[in-house]
Amino acid sequence: MAGRPGNDSTRSLVALSHFIKPHHSVTLDEFVNAVSALDIHASEIISAASTSAGLDAARNSLLGRKNGELSRLMKSLPSLSPEERRDAGAAVNRSKTAIEELLATRQLNLAVTTELRSQVDLTMPARQQWRGSRHPVTVVIEEIESIFRELGFTIALGPEAETEWYNFTSLNFPEDHPAMDMHDTLYLSDDVLLRTHTSPVQIRTMQSTTPPIRILAPGNVYRRDFFDASHAPMFSQIEGLAVDEGISFVDLKATLTHFANRFFGSTKTRFRPSFFPFTEPSAEMDVECQICRGSGCSSCKNSGWIEILGSGMVHPNVLEAAGLDSERYTGWAFGMGPGRIAMLRYKIPDIRLLYDSDMRFLTQLAQ
Amino acid sequence: MNASYQWLRDFVDIDLAPLELRDLLTARCATVDDVVVLRQDLAGVVVARVVEAAAHPDSDHLWVTKVDAGSGVLHDVVCGAPNVVAGTLYPYAPVGTVLPGGLKLEKRKIRGAVSEGMLCSARELGLGSDHQGILALDVDAQPGARFLDVMPVGDTRLVVDVLPNRPDLLSHEGLAREIASATGRELHRPMHPPAVLVHARQVSEPVPSIEVVVDDTEGAPRYMTAIVRNVKVGPSPDWLAARMEAVGARSISNVVDVTNYMLHGFGQPIHAFDVRKLGGGKIIVRKGRSGERIVTLDGVERTLDDTMTVIADANSAQAIAGVIGGKGSEVTEETTDILIEVASFNPRGIRATRRKLGVSTDASYRFERGVDEAALSDLLNYAAELIQRVAGGAMEGNPTDHGQQPAPRSPITLRSSRVARVLGKDIPVSEMAKNLASIGFKCVVEKENLVVTPPTFRQDVVGEIELIEEVARLEGYESFSAELRPYRPGSRMDAPLYDAARSVRTACVAFGLMESRPMPFVRDGIDAHRVRNPLAEDEAYLRTSVLDTLARRVEYNFGRMLGNVRLFEVGTVFASEIDAETAAPGEAMHVGAVITGDRNPAHFTQPHPSHFDEWDAKGLAQSIAEAAYPGSAVKCVPSPGDSLWILSVDGVEAGSVSKLELDSPAWASPVFGIELNLEAVVLSSKLSRQYAPIPTMPAMRVDLALLVPDNVSADSVGVVIREAAGDMLESLVVFDEFRGAGIPDGLRSLAWALTFRHPERTLRDKEIQGRTGKILSVLESKLGIRQRSS
Repeated sequence: MAGRPGNDSTRSLVALSHFIKPHHSVTLDEFVNAVSALDIHASEIISAASTSAGLDAARNSLLGRKNGELSRLMKSLPSLSPEERRDAGAAVNRSKTAIEELLATRQLNLAVTTELRSQVDLTMPARQQWRGSRHPVTVVIEEIESIFRELGFTIALGPEAETEWYNFTSLNFPEDHPAMDMHDTLYLSDDVLLRTHTSPVQIRTMQSTTPPIRILAPGNVYRRDFFDASHAPMFSQIEGLAVDEGISFVDLKATLTHFANRFFGSTKTRFRPSFFPFTEPSAEMDVECQICRGSGCSSCKNSGWIEILGSGMVHPNVLEAAGLDSERYTGWAFGMGPGRIAMLRYKIPDIRLLYDSDMRFLTQLAQ
Repeated sequence: MNASYQWLRDFVDIDLAPLELRDLLTARCATVDDVVVLRQDLAGVVVARVVEAAAHPDSDHLWVTKVDAGSGVLHDVVCGAPNVVAGTLYPYAPVGTVLPGGLKLEKRKIRGAVSEGMLCSARELGLGSDHQGILALDVDAQPGARFLDVMPVGDTRLVVDVLPNRPDLLSHEGLAREIASATGRELHRPMHPPAVLVHARQVSEPVPSIEVVVDDTEGAPRYMTAIVRNVKVGPSPDWLAARMEAVGARSISNVVDVTNYMLHGFGQPIHAFDVRKLGGGKIIVRKGRSGERIVTLDGVERTLDDTMTVIADANSAQAIAGVIGGKGSEVTEETTDILIEVASFNPRGIRATRRKLGVSTDASYRFERGVDEAALSDLLNYAAELIQRVAGGAMEGNPTDHGQQPAPRSPITLRSSRVARVLGKDIPVSEMAKNLASIGFKCVVEKENLVVTPPTFRQDVVGEIELIEEVARLEGYESFSAELRPYRPGSRMDAPLYDAARSVRTACVAFGLMESRPMPFVRDGIDAHRVRNPLAEDEAYLRTSVLDTLARRVEYNFGRMLGNVRLFEVGTVFASEIDAETAAPGEAMHVGAVITGDRNPAHFTQPHPSHFDEWDAKGLAQSIAEAAYPGSAVKCVPSPGDSLWILSVDGVEAGSVSKLELDSPAWASPVFGIELNLEAVVLSSKLSRQYAPIPTMPAMRVDLALLVPDNVSADSVGVVIREAAGDMLESLVVFDEFRGAGIPDGLRSLAWALTFRHPERTLRDKEIQGRTGKILSVLESKLGIRQRSS
């Protein structure tokens, strides 16, 4: 008999041998359990049959008129009461039908395998399913997120329609100053605007959280920029903020350098002075151009470097505006554009491709 | 800011090559975006020695020369210059060179003599107007050396990105100050060639003197003028014209170029008026008059108002203060007497004016960021002197000076302990003092602290923190460690909404949808918020539904002949309600999904796959909602409105499933859309599913075909079956619906699969038969539904 080795199979055989003694006296429950055990046993030896001959042998051992397992089981029927016998008979019939179905299916399977080997052109294409995917920008955001999570950061969110106070005033923007020119703003009313950066989440977080604060705030931001190959009136940004006692510029540099090494693979970085009203000192972080490896090419405007993020130590005025004691707490913050990073990574020449939602584009970059 | 490498060298000795200078400036103060090598049109010109010069046999003014250009071979060059002398070095353009005028040199015969290339005059090289002869070079160079390497005509332009806090870097002097500090050199003001002999014009009629009145002291806190008489306006000397060209400005005339020289050199915009064109002998600094008009230097007539500051004569406005001059008093070739204005204007006023007029100039750019009021007097004298040097004339009387002397800067205490806390590094006080002093800060050491007085040109430094930035910058950002130090992890929990968004993305991706991240602007909308200053009318409103924007994305794909579109988005919608406290519109994060086209990719075994239908949409909606609200009761309730189903979560309406009516081409299959608010119900906690024992007892399945009236929903039949079946009913599924032959009108046959199981024992046929009988009788009594007779 073509039984597979293994514990399950052995156990069911042991159970069977106990019940298939002919004329053995049994209760109805014992009989029904034996039928169930036979079902399991049948399914095992049928699946194990790998040739037509093997399948014939399995059929014989299960349904053979004289020595088939089912026939032998039937020989215990007389020990049951007539009423019990009806239930038992029904169980036997169900089992027989099930075994016959299994045998037929297996036979078909064996036939198909044979056919596949002989007649079918196996070079024909596979059957596909539609595959879904996250947007390339989401992929970049989640990758950035996973690196910062290792460094103790959690996710915070904030509204996209913000007040001028959260977007500018609390962030130390001087009123009516050229610094505002970097933030051409879409207004909803005198005081309400579409946030121009994710930095308002800094204020909202500091207002509602006692340090240590380490948050990452991904979100959409808006600028009054015409939609062209390199500008979009809405784009994604990720803000980072770390505030605690004893946080310094060294922490900023170390954390962001670590991030760059993780995200871009071990890479050179440089920090250069910059200006944001809400940080002081401010620094821009560049990584070595991944295309020319620093020797200068068109992607990096021959500088050898690619600008990745703006950062700085949180300005004391900003800490105070959010209700934190700026003598006790220090902090650093950064902001970067996952869209721009996605464009660099996937060599996307036109930012509009990120918004069009062309199925061909999304399928190309699916992962 | 365009900076000329050569110009910077007027201010400080620089040993660094332009690219090294780029890196230095970028690392220390402002990023250099680009380095442009100028005069590359002269790249092919080399220094050559004329070895032999003989008269051309067939000409009385041509020379036939032998030229050594360092290649080891002498070239025959025919030359028409009277000043060619054997043994002298000249610029030589070999065959193949293209000269600045566009002339490409080829080997040719001139009156029978072969000529290979050309010896060049200054004009032919674009180095001035001298065409009297070829340019004899008095340099110590070997034949063959590149002309650009030997002569100081070449220059390199550094394009510097100066950020709004550092107006002091908008000048060569300012950049040179940083370079001097970084390289340990002295900063000095340029020495110009001694006054050239410029013949003053003879002017017979007397010129009125000019009275200066400053009415608008708020608009012009400091206003100084000087008059230079008898100037000769003409072309600039070569050095001045070269400076203009190097920064990308056009050389206009000696006087105008001096004004631009002051702007680019020292960051101080100055203006020159033609004294004879000023009416009434007056300069009046006043507010503009509403409706007053002026034709500005660019030839445009502009209308002023009373918020703007103007420089007027006795009759009318002659310049828009700090923004642009007027045509009426422009300095021209005929000008003999000029009034030089050196002033500081109110930055906000300038900003408002240039925005209102839509004209931004190099001058307005600098006034808006603030000029150094303390430097005005010096610069006025410098400018007047420079004009006399390049245009002759003489200064008349003393300069006028209106307005207050700027207040002295107050000292700021810089605590070394604070520096260490913010920067994470101990920096000796003496080192800080030395560095700060090198860029003009006055420092007094007081024990562990420094008392620092910032210079007048650094108005951006107002407190200790700005000084700390200066310390870090001067120390060099690269000198700080990048070693991770111990930190405390953040104390804040993740935003729950972000978790929901992530789960929803996973559900959508699993279904085969692609994520879209479109813009949330729409053409119009009922109750939608309008952007006050939209970029375009067709994107003037904020969407109230994610499906609104996704529908446009489907149409976009249809427009590109793509019929299989499966998109989703997790994004913000803006509700009509206004938050009472902030006056901002209500916002919610929604997920939207659209499906249309083939249910699966075509395969040779099934060349024409079926299309997505409402049942796919319903299933997708349920899995999205279950992902967003784990542990909550999600239901698709048939909708009374335009949509197919309302999605309810714990009984709260949270979204809908609809068939979308789009601008679809004829070949497109139906489009179904789902929208779900991720903030409809607040999840009480992160509920996780609970384990239930895996069944060990066998199940029994009963199939029932029921004749159900059209007006009785499958849902209500299911409720009755479940009630009557009791606990042992493990699952209940409708697996077939049939109308037609054998089924009376108004009825349909619904086939149900009922799976029964008891957790602890095997079920008997009889009890299942009994249970089935009970179900059938309850169905009949409650709903009048009978079994279909086979």
